[in-house]
This record gives sequence, C-alpha cells and structure tokens, in this order.
Amino acid sequence: MQKRAYFGLYIVIAVLAVLPLVVPNSFYLDLAIRMAINAVIVLGLNLLIGFAGQISLGHAGFLGIGAYASAVLPTHFGWHPLLAMGAGAAVTGLLAAVLARPIFKLKGQYLAMATLGLGIIINIAIRNEAAWTGGPDGMPVPTMGLMGFELASDKHWYWVVALMLSVSVWASINLIDSPFGRALRALHGSEVASQVVGVDVVRYKVAIFVMSAVFASLMGSVTAHYVGFVTPNLADFFHSIELVTMVVIGGMASVYGSLIGAVLLTALPQALATFEGWETVAFGVILMVCMIFMPKGLVPTLAAKFGKGD
Amino acid sequence: MALLDVNKLSIHFGGVKAVQEVSFSIDAGIVYAVIGPNGAGKTTLFNLITGVYKPTSGEIRLDGESIGGKSPNELATRGVARTFQNLQICMNMSAIENVMVGAHLRLDRNLLKAALRLPTLTRRDAEMRVEAAELMRFVGLEKYIEARADSMPYGALKRLEIARALAMKPRLIFLDEPAAGLNPKETIEVDELIRKVADSGITVVLVEHDMKMVMNLSDRILVLDYGKKLAEGTGEEVRRNPDVIAAYLGAHA
Repeated sequence: MQKRAYFGLYIVIAVLAVLPLVVPNSFYLDLAIRMAINAVIVLGLNLLIGFAGQISLGHAGFLGIGAYASAVLPTHFGWHPLLAMGAGAAVTGLLAAVLARPIFKLKGQYLAMATLGLGIIINIAIRNEAAWTGGPDGMPVPTMGLMGFELASDKHWYWVVALMLSVSVWASINLIDSPFGRALRALHGSEVASQVVGVDVVRYKVAIFVMSAVFASLMGSVTAHYVGFVTPNLADFFHSIELVTMVVIGGMASVYGSLIGAVLLTALPQALATFEGWETVAFGVILMVCMIFMPKGLVPTLAAKFGKGD
Repeated sequence: MALLDVNKLSIHFGGVKAVQEVSFSIDAGIVYAVIGPNGAGKTTLFNLITGVYKPTSGEIRLDGESIGGKSPNELATRGVARTFQNLQICMNMSAIENVMVGAHLRLDRNLLKAALRLPTLTRRDAEMRVEAAELMRFVGLEKYIEARADSMPYGALKRLEIARALAMKPRLIFLDEPAAGLNPKETIEVDELIRKVADSGITVVLVEHDMKMVMNLSDRILVLDYGKKLAEGTGEEVRRNPDVIAAYLGAHA
C-alpha cells in the first residue's frame, strides 16, 4: 500500500511540474491554481471526514478567518502579510481547539449541526463588521511580498501552491500510515475498540479537527492574496458544502480521491458554463448520478474495479 | 494481594439492576471464568471493569489502585485488554493494522513527527509491523497477514481481536465469548490459544458458554444469575453447587 501511495505522489509532482508548460493560456493556469488550493483544503478535510469519520459543515468559516486575517491585518494595522497569515492560522487553531472539545462530545447529525452553526456565526461576523471587513461588499487584499520579492504574477502563485500541494500530499500519506493515523482510522472503524487499546478518542478528534481547520485557514490566506480581493462568500455555508462534496465525490479516506474531487468540482462549473442558466441544475444532476453509482466516491470505486487498493 | 479486587459492584440502568453487589477477586497468573445464563450480567460486568460503563456503586481495584469509573483508554495504560462478544474490528483497515492499533500506547503518537516521516518513528513502526505479524502467527492467522480485515471470515476475526489485545502487552486480558459462533474444531484451537496466552504469564478472565472449554481452562469460576453472584470457586466446587445446578437446569433447589 505504501509504495503505491508514494508512487502516486511522484505522479502528482510530475503533473504539477509539467502543467505550466502545457496550459494554453492564463485562464487555465488560474483554474489550476484554484484547483490546487481547493485540493489542499480537501486533503485536510478528508483526514477529518474520510479517515477519522467526523463531519464538519463549517470549514469555509475557518477559510474565511484566514482570508480576512490576510486582508484586515495588513490593511488596517500594517502587519506583514506572512505574519497576518500566521496570526489567522493561530486564531483558527485556537478557536477550533476551544470549540472542538464540547463539539466532539456530539456525534452524527448533532456534530453536523454544531459545525454548521459555527461556520454561519463566522460568516455573519464577517458580514456585520463592515468597518473592518467591508461587509457584504468585501475588501481588497494587499499583495504578498517576501524579502523584497513580490508574489504578483500567476506563475509565481502557481509554484507556491504547487509546492504546498505536494508537501500536503506527502504529509497526508505519512500521517495516515503512522500510529497517529492508525488511531484516527481505528476510532472511525470502531470507537470502543480504539478506546480499549488506549486511544483517547476526543483528543484525536480535536487534533485532526484543529489541523484541518488550520489547513483551511492557511489556504484562505493564500486565496485572499492570490485573488487580491475577499468577499464573505468565501466563508459561507455553500462553500462549506462544496468542500464536503469534493471529499465525498473524490472518495472518502482517499488521498488521491481528495485531489480528484477538488480538480473535478473546481473545473465542472467552468465546463458547464455553456449550459448558461442551467449549469447549477447540470451540476446537481452530475453529483446525484455520481453518488448513486459510486457511493464510495470516484477513486475508491475505480481502484476497487481495477483490483487495486488506494 | 489479588491483581483484581471487585467489591460490591453494582450498576443500574433505570430500574434494571444488571449487576448487583458482586464481589470477587482474581489472583495474578490464573484463568478466571465468568459464567451464567443469558442476561445474567456477564458482559455488563466486563464493561464495568474495562471502563465502558461507569458503576452505580461499588469498588474495583487493580493492584490496589481504585479504577472504578476510569475510562477505557486510562485502563489501557494500566495493562487491561479486552475482546468483544460482538466483534469490534476496524473494517476500514487491514488485518495487520488492526493488530498494530493494539500497540497504540507503545508507539510514538506524535502528529508532527508522523507527518514529517521522521526515521525514529518509521523504524519503530516497521519493527511493530514485524511484531504484529508474529502475533498473527501466534494466534494462528499466518495466512491473513496481508489480508484486509473486511475479507476475513468470522472465526479469523475472533482471533484477530485476541491478537490486537495481545499487542498491548497486557497484564490482564478479558475475553468475551471467544468461542461464540465457532465450529468445534475452531473452538478447540481457541481453547489451545487461550492456554498459550495464560502460559505466557497474562491473567485471563473469560466469559464463555462452552462449558467444556470453561471447565478445561479455568482455575476459578464465578457464576452470575440475574446480576447477582450465585457461586464462586474451582470448577469442581461450582459444578456441585446446588444453586448453580438449579439456575442451569431450572429446578427449584
């Protein structure tokens, strides 16, 4: 399993390395960047949902915290963007850790409701604090600079995001096949069995929730700087659902499923643009068909069909 | 001093008194069996001692330390292992990973070290994989070392639970109906396996309906009926106890 998992990583790196040479124009490069950003978030979310078996319907909220930290702190307080990004991640981590303890006493639909509420509260806070955040209209974000070097062009951003994605895939594979990762999967498989062998289940759920929230926050910051503008839509409920859908379509508990899910669902709205007013309907139909015929998600279903584990 | 001391242990679920004032003690190194008709409270007793349920009243001492009401993961750090009557196997993992999860507390669980694949952690993990494979051979699962848990038959999963419990290197192991649902040949094999486990120095506590197995293996037997202690003693003592005969044969003694 491990060798095959790392083989996949080499393919990912190879694709990322070749991609900018073959994309016909900047539209596709932009699309690739947004795919990669989503892929990192979905990787983190899949650790929580697919591997540990917990649900979060509020992850866009964490993404929003990161994005707005990167917009507000440099604009209003003159912070360095990197410092702002770190602060956003730290606040997100702290918030997730403090809230996760009571939240993870809940299970199933109650957990879904609690995380849903959390995401909505963050979104409302962003919309209402118009003096700082620009309210529903959003606000511009200063460019990210690093030691005199400005991260301005799409090419630069592409390499930054490609590096982040490669590292995330590598770290995820490492994590899954470690004592920590086995404990996560075990508490998904049988919570009581994992407790009996010594897994402190609440601690592990909290840890992976915090980690995936921090992933989302960091990528929120990256999105903010890359796009150069933030709106509260980044943090809204529909974005949370979109992220969860990427996990489910790509494949729960599958690293490469996360990537495929992110790539497909980022590209799909573009591909369906020809349907004009009906693209949302087409989008919904595709999702339904996927779930009916491939309830385990794309990658696990295809892997099983061709006789290989992920 | 006994390894495990249970004193007037009770648990009530609403009006149902599932276990009532049960007292007994288990010396280190023996095989101790808990028997009784269906619904007598055997599994509930296991769940109380292994921390899955919190007792309503009474005391449980392990090596003199009061452990009543501690959570299962705290008990695991004190060397208490168990298997389940209704299988609790992680079907989302491979067979050997299930065994490796048993060694959770013996490995480095650091998240950051794991994500960075530090050599100290992976080396220990590789050693553990070898050890887990050995344990699978020990319980007679050599042909499933490469298998996925969800592709294994019931009888093999029963042993996989025992292998996982042994990976904890426990002092005390609770086996909840290890032979339930097994055919006669498999039952004899599990019987031999439990003997081997006991010989390795682990104290075994057993719930089992197979009387031949119980009589064959146990040094001492506790008989429960309607949540109460009916009798306790060696196999011979219990077999001759009129209350036990009455409970099992339904006679009015």
